[in-house]
Amino acid sequence: MIQDSGMLRHSLQRLLGLVPTLLMLITVAFFLIRVAPGGPFDSEKALPPEIEANLNAKYHLDEPLVQQYFRYLGQIAVLDFGPSFQYKDWTVNELIAQGFPVSLTIGLLAMALAFVLGTMLGVTAALRQNTGADYSLMGFAMLGISIPNFVVAPLLILLLAVYAGWLPAGGWDWGIASMVLPVVTLSLPVTAYIARLTRGSMIEVLHSNFIRTARAKGLPESTIIRRHALRPALLPVISFMGPATAGMISGSVVIERIFSIPGLGSYFVQGALNRDYTLVMGVVIFYGVLIILLNFIVDLIYAWLDPKIRYDEKH
Amino acid sequence: MNSARDRFIQPVELILTEDGRPDPSVLAREQVLRRDNREEPQTLDPHLAEGVPASHILRDLFEGLTAESPDGRVIPGAAVRWNISRDGKTYTFYLRRDARWSNGDPVTAQDFVYGLQRSANPATASNYAQVLLPIANAAEVLAGKLPLNQLGVTALEEFTLQISLNGPTPYFLGLLNHSSTYPVHRPSVLAHGPAFSRPGNLVSNGAYVLKDWAVRSRIVLAKNENYWDAENVIIEQVLYFPFEDQSSAVKRFRAGELHWTYEVPNNQFDWLKKHYAEELVISPWLGSYYFGYNLWREPFIENPGLRLALALALDRDLLTAKVTQFGEQPSYTLVPPGIRDYVSPLPEWANWTQAERQQEARRLYASAGYTDEYPLRFEIRYNTGENNKKMALAVASLWKQVLGVQASLVNEEWKVFLQNREQKVLTQVFRAGWISDYADAYSFLELFRTVHGRNDYGYSNPLYDSLLEQIASERIPSRRRRLMFEAERVLLADLPFIPVYTYVTKRLVDPRLKGWQSNVMDHHYSKNMFLLKTASDADTPVVSKRAEPSEVEGQETVVPGEQQLEHGVQQAERGEPETVPGGPEEMTGDGGETVATEDQPDTSAAPETGGIVADPDGEKTEPVPQDPPQ
Repeated sequence: MIQDSGMLRHSLQRLLGLVPTLLMLITVAFFLIRVAPGGPFDSEKALPPEIEANLNAKYHLDEPLVQQYFRYLGQIAVLDFGPSFQYKDWTVNELIAQGFPVSLTIGLLAMALAFVLGTMLGVTAALRQNTGADYSLMGFAMLGISIPNFVVAPLLILLLAVYAGWLPAGGWDWGIASMVLPVVTLSLPVTAYIARLTRGSMIEVLHSNFIRTARAKGLPESTIIRRHALRPALLPVISFMGPATAGMISGSVVIERIFSIPGLGSYFVQGALNRDYTLVMGVVIFYGVLIILLNFIVDLIYAWLDPKIRYDEKH
Repeated sequence: MNSARDRFIQPVELILTEDGRPDPSVLAREQVLRRDNREEPQTLDPHLAEGVPASHILRDLFEGLTAESPDGRVIPGAAVRWNISRDGKTYTFYLRRDARWSNGDPVTAQDFVYGLQRSANPATASNYAQVLLPIANAAEVLAGKLPLNQLGVTALEEFTLQISLNGPTPYFLGLLNHSSTYPVHRPSVLAHGPAFSRPGNLVSNGAYVLKDWAVRSRIVLAKNENYWDAENVIIEQVLYFPFEDQSSAVKRFRAGELHWTYEVPNNQFDWLKKHYAEELVISPWLGSYYFGYNLWREPFIENPGLRLALALALDRDLLTAKVTQFGEQPSYTLVPPGIRDYVSPLPEWANWTQAERQQEARRLYASAGYTDEYPLRFEIRYNTGENNKKMALAVASLWKQVLGVQASLVNEEWKVFLQNREQKVLTQVFRAGWISDYADAYSFLELFRTVHGRNDYGYSNPLYDSLLEQIASERIPSRRRRLMFEAERVLLADLPFIPVYTYVTKRLVDPRLKGWQSNVMDHHYSKNMFLLKTASDADTPVVSKRAEPSEVEGQETVVPGEQQLEHGVQQAERGEPETVPGGPEEMTGDGGETVATEDQPDTSAAPETGGIVADPDGEKTEPVPQDPPQ
């Protein structure tokens, strides 16, 4: 019980800590994007002054900046990110609501694939440390980390879509076929990274005292791996996965461009280039909340995986 | 190795029926058109739209008073005919009585009044409402100084609409197929507010209705069964896909997932030319690429000799052959070719050999006081983009090679670039370009007017300004043409810019897709298109009896030639327009109202302003194609 209330207090504290962090994030982002030269309505086409005045009035850009800031804070308080300047038929809330499920799906699938494949490869390599299998697996992993997405993706498209015609070359219709290539592409470098991480920590764990004890007790090797070694070996993987998952489910610009996927990633870039103030703010805040939440979840998983952390909580 | 698509694309031969329509036996069973539209449209509210991507879709969804034929001439749209008053300031439009909204309601003059008033309403905050400025009181209404009902638009009867203008505007008919002037269905706008342009809410009067819209994924249009000409619309469904990366679009085309790409990346030119020669379609576009001088700053202020020297030193044939590569035409003027009845004045040096130009360039350079020891130094500013970068590099090295000029390159993000251009403090030589809204030389010439909002050159010549004023109020086409010619001549003598080349459109088109034609405005209506079946689909051997396209009876209109024309098929002979007594020149001569046809030469070339402007090498927000063609 004591332990649970400690966890609860800890969790609440973490969640409350979110507020000042977010406020800081909002403030910095708000003024930074406004400082950037040019505005959302600048174009090569000259706007007659009366039209510019109408536009500024509609989006409250004619108000003093500080007033706009507090107006924005007021909106945020009721979770309203406002209308997008660039995609005028949609509010930022709607754009995020349409884009996030896509990014989330691709990100989670890619992360799941990377986790399963990466840990399996890592454990396999660790158990065969310094053998040919180990070297070749880790060689592939190194390749996976160092070859960028924008090289792998067009290659996969050419081979599997353009020439073979097995999969669509791009686009998104929520069908499995349209998910395969982007998910695989997105997961490759992460799989490779997780494999290397798992191998390293697995080797370390296998040399620790409690494993030696387990072996001394005469437990079969498979039980040792599954029951005792795997959990602690995954700790560094889990802490890596927190922020990595946040990054993957908030959309990848490269993957979205190459596969024409309507995720969240492009909004960061497009929003900034177009000076779409509300959209930039919306995705920045959304991403901020996501990172904070995921780090929080990682803490919880940590506590579950490592009894020592829970023990510390009590005191 | 063949791509998946190559195995099944060979179409059957096109057979036309007596009236110039494709014979049903050659049509593919599934008439679903898949178009690359480059970007997500900013909006499908016709009065808020400003980009090329939106205008393509809106042309399918809505119909303005006028429309365009496949080759880009102005033809009747929702208006079946019109009269223009003798002073050129009052237009009376007679609407089709059989035109229907997609929900079955009749399209009336009142719908156009409502549409134009909504477009001009300051509360709508349309950023393309300048299209309306020729209309009487439009500026005052936009500024909120006059109520909406003071806009010069009146419904005389249920199907008769009158529009009063501030002055004769020869390109006005071309403006009327711009989305800013489209009608909207009042009850659905009132019922749904800002959400009226969503699928399920949008009621439109064009050949298609909005069926589905997944943001940044696809927009699906379905045939509008209530469209007055629905029986001649063959494509049943149009899918518009946005692409942030043009190489991805090319791959999807190769995989058979697209019929039409928006453009192709420059760096794939050689490969595409070799492997997709039949699909690669390159055609002239109504746009100019040039460099501007900042005339507010040294060294170019009051130094026309030096400005000319830099212009002369550029080998445009080399630049278009080696840098742009897609058949862009070297340019020596501001206004690109392709505007009917207008030919730019060529500067004398346009006819010289490059050696002669370079010799003169060196002479002028030396007489401006520069030598190898004291070379001219300046910055070339350009916005981010592969093509812009290559062009700036090439231009700088030509200047160095020919004159010994030390030009340095400065690359800027689009919005920063635009702001610096406008402020005229940092810039010296900068990249510029313009693709016109409507096929009229004036739309290029006005960029250099002293008071123009985008005169980033700081150019100011009272003679030029007064010529432009005269053009704006000139009613007689031939005189107006002469004035424009004279204005461009003045401009080319002062040379506040360096002409480089005229743009082309470059895309891949599925050989099965017919019914479209290249046009300088690059406007293509899906309703004119159709898909042929492939040779392997053909049940019986196709008899090659290509029908002679015959002259088509004009529907009840006075403007000729709106028959469907197939790309690559001999163009149907067009009947001479039923002209009015008295050619254009006599317009002011014998009184009375007259039917609009030929007397509007400047609109007829390929007008419209749908797309909007600006500048294909511009940036993401640009109305125009964005990512610089690679």
